[in-house]
Amino acid sequence: MAKSINAMNTASRAKGRTGARPKNFFPTFKRIMATALRTKAAKLKFALLVLLIIISAAASVTGTFLLRSVIDDYIAPLIGQTNPDLTAFIRMLTVLAAIFAVGSLAQFTLNRLCVFMFTKTLAEFRDELFEHMVKLPIKYFDTHPHGEIMSTFTNDTDTFREMLTTAIPQIISSALSLILTFAMMMALSWVLTLIVVAMLGIMLFAASLIGGRSGKFFRAQQKNVAEVNAFVEEYIEGQRVVKVFCHEDKTKTSFDAINRELQKESQKAHTNANILMPIMGNLSYLTYAIVAATGALFILKGGFGLTVGAIAAYLLFTRQLSQPIAYISQQVNVVMQAIAGGERIFVLLDAEAEKDEGYVTLVNADIDADGNITESAARTGKWAWKHPHRDGTLTYTEVKGNVEFDNVNFGYVSETPVLLGISMYANDGQRVALVGSTGAGKTTITNLINRFYDVPDGKIRYDKININKIKKHDLRRSLSMVLQDVHLFTGTVMENIRYGKLDATDDEVIAAAVLANAHSFITHLPDGYNTLLTADGANLSQGQRQLIAIARAAVADPPVLILDEATSSVDTRTERLIEIGMKKLMEGRTVFIIAHRLSTVRNADVILVMEKGEIIERGSHEQLLEKRGKYYSLYTGAFELS
Amino acid sequence: MIKNLLPSAKEYSKASVLSMLFVALEVMLEVAIPFLMSKIVDVGLAAGATAWSATFLGFLTVSGATAIEFILKMGAFMVGVALVSLFFGALSGRYCAVASTGFAMSVRRRAFNKVQDFSFGNIDKYSTPSLITRLTTDINYLQMAYMMLVRLAVRAPVMMILAASMAFAMDAELALIFLVAVPVLAAVIVALGSLAFPRFMKMLQKYDKLTARLQENLIGIRVVKSFAREDYETKHFNDASMDVRNSELSAVKLMVTAMPFMQAMVYACIIAVCAIGGKRIILGEMQTGEFMSFLAYISQIMMSLIMLSMTLIMIVISRASASRLSEILSEEIEIKDAENPTEERIESGAIEFKNVNFSYGKNPENLTLSNISLTINPGEIVAIIGGTGSGKTTLVQLIPRLYDTLSGEVLVDGRNVRDYKISDLRDAVAMVLQKNVLFSGTIAENLRWGKEDATDEELEAAAKTAEAHGFITSFEKGYDTVLGQGGVNVSGGQRQRLSIARALLKKPKILILDDSTSAIDIDTDRKIREKLKSDAAGITVIIIAQRINSVMSADKIIVMNEGRISAVGKHDELLLTSDIYREVFESQQRGAA
Repeated sequence: MAKSINAMNTASRAKGRTGARPKNFFPTFKRIMATALRTKAAKLKFALLVLLIIISAAASVTGTFLLRSVIDDYIAPLIGQTNPDLTAFIRMLTVLAAIFAVGSLAQFTLNRLCVFMFTKTLAEFRDELFEHMVKLPIKYFDTHPHGEIMSTFTNDTDTFREMLTTAIPQIISSALSLILTFAMMMALSWVLTLIVVAMLGIMLFAASLIGGRSGKFFRAQQKNVAEVNAFVEEYIEGQRVVKVFCHEDKTKTSFDAINRELQKESQKAHTNANILMPIMGNLSYLTYAIVAATGALFILKGGFGLTVGAIAAYLLFTRQLSQPIAYISQQVNVVMQAIAGGERIFVLLDAEAEKDEGYVTLVNADIDADGNITESAARTGKWAWKHPHRDGTLTYTEVKGNVEFDNVNFGYVSETPVLLGISMYANDGQRVALVGSTGAGKTTITNLINRFYDVPDGKIRYDKININKIKKHDLRRSLSMVLQDVHLFTGTVMENIRYGKLDATDDEVIAAAVLANAHSFITHLPDGYNTLLTADGANLSQGQRQLIAIARAAVADPPVLILDEATSSVDTRTERLIEIGMKKLMEGRTVFIIAHRLSTVRNADVILVMEKGEIIERGSHEQLLEKRGKYYSLYTGAFELS
Repeated sequence: MIKNLLPSAKEYSKASVLSMLFVALEVMLEVAIPFLMSKIVDVGLAAGATAWSATFLGFLTVSGATAIEFILKMGAFMVGVALVSLFFGALSGRYCAVASTGFAMSVRRRAFNKVQDFSFGNIDKYSTPSLITRLTTDINYLQMAYMMLVRLAVRAPVMMILAASMAFAMDAELALIFLVAVPVLAAVIVALGSLAFPRFMKMLQKYDKLTARLQENLIGIRVVKSFAREDYETKHFNDASMDVRNSELSAVKLMVTAMPFMQAMVYACIIAVCAIGGKRIILGEMQTGEFMSFLAYISQIMMSLIMLSMTLIMIVISRASASRLSEILSEEIEIKDAENPTEERIESGAIEFKNVNFSYGKNPENLTLSNISLTINPGEIVAIIGGTGSGKTTLVQLIPRLYDTLSGEVLVDGRNVRDYKISDLRDAVAMVLQKNVLFSGTIAENLRWGKEDATDEELEAAAKTAEAHGFITSFEKGYDTVLGQGGVNVSGGQRQRLSIARALLKKPKILILDDSTSAIDIDTDRKIREKLKSDAAGITVIIIAQRINSVMSADKIIVMNEGRISAVGKHDELLLTSDIYREVFESQQRGAA
């Protein structure tokens, strides 16, 4: 036994030297299994699994071994007898049947256990991926196509399925059979076993060579799969534009190219993988032939005390080796593909999440007559910032919604500044409007306020606290945004509006809808508030979707409201009707409005005119008109009949 | 279902057949090898033998003067057979890979192309995530099934038949055991398969939902983050994920019962063979060596049965995928060219609606547009104004036949739009949709969607009319700036202007702008309209807008309300005749005061 282990070690060291191993094989494999067997319960189940595999394999090997014994010891002696006593024979058969039964039962149980355990693992991987994904910075989503990210969740986790449910138990089982058979062979003749070991070494070498190449090809395949996924997602999502521009044929051609690429890589991978089994199978036949010849030679030359019977038995075992070897080589393919998928999954899991070094949190507050603030466990409708200091003290600041920008410079890419020296402030309850041509930097300002992107310390303050100190999660909870691109989720209208405040009552939701003037069209929908919205609200018009988004922001009842082109798709008639509501919506809050509509902007307390990242004019509507500057030219266009 | 997938299989029929052929050859040789193995032992190591030789197939003889010689020769012969078997095995492996990946590629291509041909109505029927799952995951299953089918579905039966015939040749009565066992096995597998199929369908549907959830979060990640709903969304995703897992479990656990069951049956056969064969040996009717061979054949039959069960499992799983793909492939395209479309092209851009009714659900009780009749003269600038959901977008979508009317006619240049070739119609009618999508690629590449061979001057001209040239040149790489998916690195207004430029490059006869300047400031909007008037004179322009000043100077203004035309006329007329129009005007006027 020791010799065989030595031999195997030699073989594996040789394998290492020859390279052609997939780059992260063992670390990735270890990580996959570590995730699968994370909990104590999982480890126990796995131990049970291994036990069952051992039972099943042992039953199989013992059964085969006993078969020989049945023939030699229970049948052969009876040959020629006229009235043979079959009781011993029958008893032996019963024992055999019992062993086989145990083996089958073990196999059945372990299959079920395996499926149970590993479908759970797949789900856990997907869940972990998602949980991590939502924490990634916005930049990640802007630089990776959606379809590529989706491919990791689906195609890459799918590669695990076969490996975990069939390959691993199969490999363990076959390895066990291999070891047991091997042990018996050693017992019979260590000399012949040396030959077998040498051949096994060659087989391992071949397996690692081919397996290594498989790994490379499968990695390329998974990458191509992701590309196909990304293309399909982008072009099916944008299908309407494709149709309007009669771009179908060109799209088909582009897809054809990627499709072919995938087929090429996939074919290479599978051709390589498919060859392994025939090679291994035939190497084991070669082993048989060599052992037979050597054995016969020994008998002739009388060496090593071997008998014909012993050789015959030995050859039987040699023959039995080929089965588990064939099974294992069949599964190498599967494992390689899973490793390729696993590598991609871990790349996503290792991507850096949104950095958040904030420590100031948002809490419910009780404010007494003197202005003293204490933390409250229940919702009071008043909020405070809980600010732990380095010396261990704690201060509470009421959330009023003061926002200050102090000479902020920013660029998404450091070489291309988008904001230059922006200084402004909005006191609580003030309405600040941002106007200017598109690309002037207005949306960027909102991206900074809610920390989708960060600026260096101290430049932006919220209620006089440096916003980098405020936990992103809490900061965003204190803001409500209605964005330019409206996104709704699959769910009822009620659920979509409730997104703004998860524990809002139905009445609160309806009140918000009334405020946004969405209530009337919602009640005209087939199921009213319970109408199911699908595909980003495809069954509503753009304007209706925006009204729901406004209601969603309203129900959150936040101290700071950011409206970024919130009513751009709403006709002015409807907008006028919600203006009253909007006025109410904006009461007592700090509001940042980005809009082009005069009607939306004119009532702001301060209007900031932006141009190429700078604020060029500042004042109330009347003041700016007097200036006869950019604002004036933007808005007197309203009167000209052009 | 098979009918839809067959053409793809036919494309790779050569590779498939070759693969199966080589597998068959490989297997035949493989089956022979245990036979050779036993000969080595039975003849070569036979006690007290004086002659050593063995004959195969009646004519091949291997003999040796000594035992060693015989064994060596037999050994060499066996190795030779093994090598030839290996050769065939490698070839079959290669052709199998060609056939299965090729099959998958073909199905993928045909399905994707079919989706490209879908009309808006067809697209509405399937959700994007479901289409994505079908084009990726489902095809993966099909590929695996095809591969198994080509390899194992030949190997297993061939091996089984050969091993069984050897067994029969040896001892027919004993071999009868198989005749009992195999049909029982087959019946069980078939039963399992039909029980499992609906479960796999359900699993794939849950998978669709999961993909949908995922995609939504990717598209709406800004909303998720700004409402700080990461935990909420994670919880929802976990629920969907658990759903998938439960349905997966329910389906797969049924299928994995197959193998232990088969194994148990094979063990039962072994016991039976032992019992009966043992009796025979005792009675001297059978030799020990023969018996051992018999047992060897049982193990071969066992292996082939296992392979067969794996193949069957794969087929059951993939049947669900196959039917989902088949659904796409056999989808009836709603909007297609008429039997004999006219070769005429659109020249003037005159539009007429005659008593048009339309409903998205094709339901006459629930009309989105009712009794629309209007005339637009060539070269006119027409504006459509109306409340949210009044049917403006729906109306203009009927002109390039993105949807067809329920009743009534839409005429362009005096001809029903259904008579034109769709490609000619859409070449002449350019539409800038409300939801603008730009694709991954450079700005120039996106603009060229309007005209593939547009020169740089043409691109610039269109961009200038759309007031986009200015900001494009302000980017470091100008027209070669790469846009991320969906055009995320340009602002909403910039996206709108690029979309307008893209449409202008088509040099259309009719230009439809569906609320395309909502994110553009008034000043720029005015400039664009002025440029359109001069650069694009002669084009019929239809503008859907919210701002009165975008609309005021139009030749004709159509006021819509709840799916009907409420009023038509010029600005001054409408101020007097239309309450709705007046209200809007006044509200916006008040804003300017």
